[in-house]
Amino acid sequence: MTSQVSSPAEQADENAAGRQRRPGGAKDVRRLNRVIIRFAGDSGDGMQLTGDRFTSETASFGNDLSTLPNFPAEIRAPAGTLPGVSSFQLHFADHDILTPGDAPNVLVAMNPAALKANVGDLPRGAEIIVNTDEFTKRALAKVGYADSPLDDGSLDGYQLHPVPLTTLTVEALKEFDLSRKEAERSKNMFALGLLSWMYHRPTEATEKFLTSKFAKKPDIAAANVAAFRAGWNFGETTEDFAVSYEVAPAARAFPPGDYRNISGNLALAYGLIAASRQADLPLFLGSYPITPASDILHELSKHKNFGVRTFQAEDEIAGIGAALGAAFGGSLAVTTTSGPGVALKSETIGLAVSLELPLLVIDIQRGGPSTGLPTKTEQADLLQAMYGRNGEAPVAVVAPRTPADCFDAALEAARIAVTYRTPVFLLSDGYLANGSEPWRIPDLDELPDLQVQFAQGPNHTLEDGTEVFWPYKRDPRTLARPWAVPGTPGLEHRIGGIEKQDGTGNISYDPANHDLMVRTRQAKIDGIDVPDIEVDDPDGAPTLVLGWGSTYGPITAAVRRLRAAGESIAQAHLRHLNPFPANLGEVLKGYDKVVVPEMNLGQLATLIRAKYLVDARSFNQVNGMPFKAEQLATALKEAIDD
Amino acid sequence: MTDSARELLQLVPKAEGKQSMKDFKSDQEVRWCPGCGDYAILAAVQGFMPELGLARENIVFVSGIGCSSRFPYYMNTYGMHSIHGRAPAIATGLASSRRDLSVWVITGDGDALSIGGNHLIHALRRNVNLKILLFNNRIYGLTKGQYSPTSELGKITKSTPMGSLDAPFNPVSLALGAEASFVARTIDSDRKHLTEVLRAAADHPGTALIEIYQNCNIFNDGAFDALKDKQRAEEALIRLEHGQPVRFGADGSRGVVRDRAGELTVVTVTPDNEADLLVHDAHAASPTTAFALSRLADPDTLHHTPIGVFRAVDRPVYDSLMSEQLDTAIEQQGKGDLATLLAGGDTWTVVG
Repeated sequence: MTSQVSSPAEQADENAAGRQRRPGGAKDVRRLNRVIIRFAGDSGDGMQLTGDRFTSETASFGNDLSTLPNFPAEIRAPAGTLPGVSSFQLHFADHDILTPGDAPNVLVAMNPAALKANVGDLPRGAEIIVNTDEFTKRALAKVGYADSPLDDGSLDGYQLHPVPLTTLTVEALKEFDLSRKEAERSKNMFALGLLSWMYHRPTEATEKFLTSKFAKKPDIAAANVAAFRAGWNFGETTEDFAVSYEVAPAARAFPPGDYRNISGNLALAYGLIAASRQADLPLFLGSYPITPASDILHELSKHKNFGVRTFQAEDEIAGIGAALGAAFGGSLAVTTTSGPGVALKSETIGLAVSLELPLLVIDIQRGGPSTGLPTKTEQADLLQAMYGRNGEAPVAVVAPRTPADCFDAALEAARIAVTYRTPVFLLSDGYLANGSEPWRIPDLDELPDLQVQFAQGPNHTLEDGTEVFWPYKRDPRTLARPWAVPGTPGLEHRIGGIEKQDGTGNISYDPANHDLMVRTRQAKIDGIDVPDIEVDDPDGAPTLVLGWGSTYGPITAAVRRLRAAGESIAQAHLRHLNPFPANLGEVLKGYDKVVVPEMNLGQLATLIRAKYLVDARSFNQVNGMPFKAEQLATALKEAIDD
Repeated sequence: MTDSARELLQLVPKAEGKQSMKDFKSDQEVRWCPGCGDYAILAAVQGFMPELGLARENIVFVSGIGCSSRFPYYMNTYGMHSIHGRAPAIATGLASSRRDLSVWVITGDGDALSIGGNHLIHALRRNVNLKILLFNNRIYGLTKGQYSPTSELGKITKSTPMGSLDAPFNPVSLALGAEASFVARTIDSDRKHLTEVLRAAADHPGTALIEIYQNCNIFNDGAFDALKDKQRAEEALIRLEHGQPVRFGADGSRGVVRDRAGELTVVTVTPDNEADLLVHDAHAASPTTAFALSRLADPDTLHHTPIGVFRAVDRPVYDSLMSEQLDTAIEQQGKGDLATLLAGGDTWTVVG
């Protein structure tokens, strides 16, 4: 065991190998199975960039990984304060992992605020690298340290590495024609270099990245590369860092194929472009900037050469309105938003239900209600997606389970939308959106066929033999109505939000017709073809844990821990929230206990209880952060033992 | 009109045979109140459409909510009766993704200026290729008679028994302030003028806003009588014609001049001041004079109300710019290749 193993529970996953010398080096090299690193600093210190780069190095090295960026909503919160701390946690391993990890083995703290905000998450024995230059009296006082924690013995239980990161960076860059302030800004790259040395990360890609990022400012590019190298060399030469670590590639964790690292929002954007290609429909995004969904708008805006039209609207309502207009015109139409935006779009979603046009509503959930916690994660929009409209206005709902899964979820949402001519909610969240993991790049021939047929001619014969087009005459199998796009001769028709007569689509206030239409719209959604839910239950457990969306990683990690400890537990995870898989009721009835962990106050549990009369019990957390595996394992153990 | 503007209007396919007004009437029973001004506007639009000669299937009418917004149901084209205030947004998505369509928005003073005010001004500034017909009856009709954002200050209605407290919008001024490239005003009962304005709007590449004074004979009857009664209209109505001096009244006895302070004022025309009369220039680069004309009318009496095209200028059309960006992206990066995109830059291979 190495000193980096952090808790007895995590030791279950560990299998530390022996020491070995690094060829040509004078220092110890130890091999680890997995490491959790957290970079923390001021929101202006570049911690997200540092984390991203370390992640890219780690991904290209072939480790499995999972990340958790965590930053304040303020762009530049007051420097040196606790609310201004921005962090990036990365978990990487030589085997298959599922979460960004509960507790960091290594904390890089760029200032006293970063130390104070994060030290409580560290297990004893963890390594702490601090930038001593920032531990001035004033900075310490700002966060309420009377004495420096570096000197008062409060960190005795940790392996403390005090490093004057700022001074060393400025020193390393003295030959550049930079002001001290400019030079100091490269200290994050010095830290990245040091950590890259500690964990044997490949460095070429970072150097290439810096050169291209600052292509227009070659001096700054060169300075950042120099700071990065200086950090590496510092690790190599200083005696304070006696050991470096290897984490072997996770070759066995992955099926063969080509891999890349991908975040949830990027995977989602790619999934939409792929869906557009597979459906052979032009992609139209109508959107209004909102955290944490804006990156999808940014990404799609870059890909106009795929025929992607992106429309930054004057507000959330216009974003979805434009998308709905484009759907009427035959585009694969999408709107992207977060919870507050969904609230504003609700009326238009209702219109789309009534018009029965395909429309993807992508909700990257964040903490609510109201503005809530814009940069933190939550799953509390499920009931809003299900029911947040006037009248009976059912829509399909799907949820991705991991960052890379956002790609497949986008394709699935598009399949349902175009097949059934309905709005479809895709419920991602801040954790999936910004987190990343390795993704096996699919071959294009693996992608589903989403081709649709627009209506081409009359679909109904009147009693007198006249051939006519009825915009609300349905496909008997899917109950979908024809998608007749403007420009098609002979199919001119009018649709609207007023209740329509079955078949003709003409305005109808007839009571029986309204009853029929309400029930038909519901039946169409209920009848959506979704795959059965699969249960992972190797030994016939009496307890089932049921999840949805981004809790997949933590739940699966918790289940593994329990099983490693000899417990028996079954696991199932929902991709489809509306309709539920046809076998879900049967599955639930097969267990004595059903536990539903959610990052809300029990929204899925409410649906399950209502629909299946199952005494599902909730385990809830709404602190803006994903579940920790250990905490979930404890809660599940209690349920098993109850 | 510039060449590019002409090109834009030619993207909509032409009808194959000759069309008649009947071709544009849908089979739906028209359900406005008897005597409503909407009938006259519907007839004018249906009568004008054959002149455009566009393929009927490439014409789309999109509306919001309100009496006027039932309009699409009566047009035998594609149509969408959407939700309150959102028609310009919906039409923007349709028009910018389908440049082969002629897209018309039907809205009212409540729909366009109250609940949908934001979408209207943004459609105008973007200059999306939309023709917006704003039926202004200065009242809420469908909800049975509350004051609207164009009702005069102090108006007594069901919701304002002691008189409304809101200063009204002047739709033409608002549109000019929102960077509109085409703004016109006309009157429901003047079919000839209404048709002329429709013609000018249809020829305009970009957003065209037409304010149509429309009588609600149930809740605000006679609101525009000052402009309709032949006698009274002579003093009240100013017909704007591009390139012509702005004159009105019996035998053109009255006219508009710019006074020393730069303001527009109404004068009695004399041989001395005849040469100083303002010559209407709808294509002026600056909207200043058009704006000044929009302020001539007295909002209470409607005296000195100009009708006609206030402003018609060419400027880049949003849908064209959007399309050009797509073409440029393909020129610069090549047509998108999904496999290359998904692979990205940093990849690694796991061998089985």
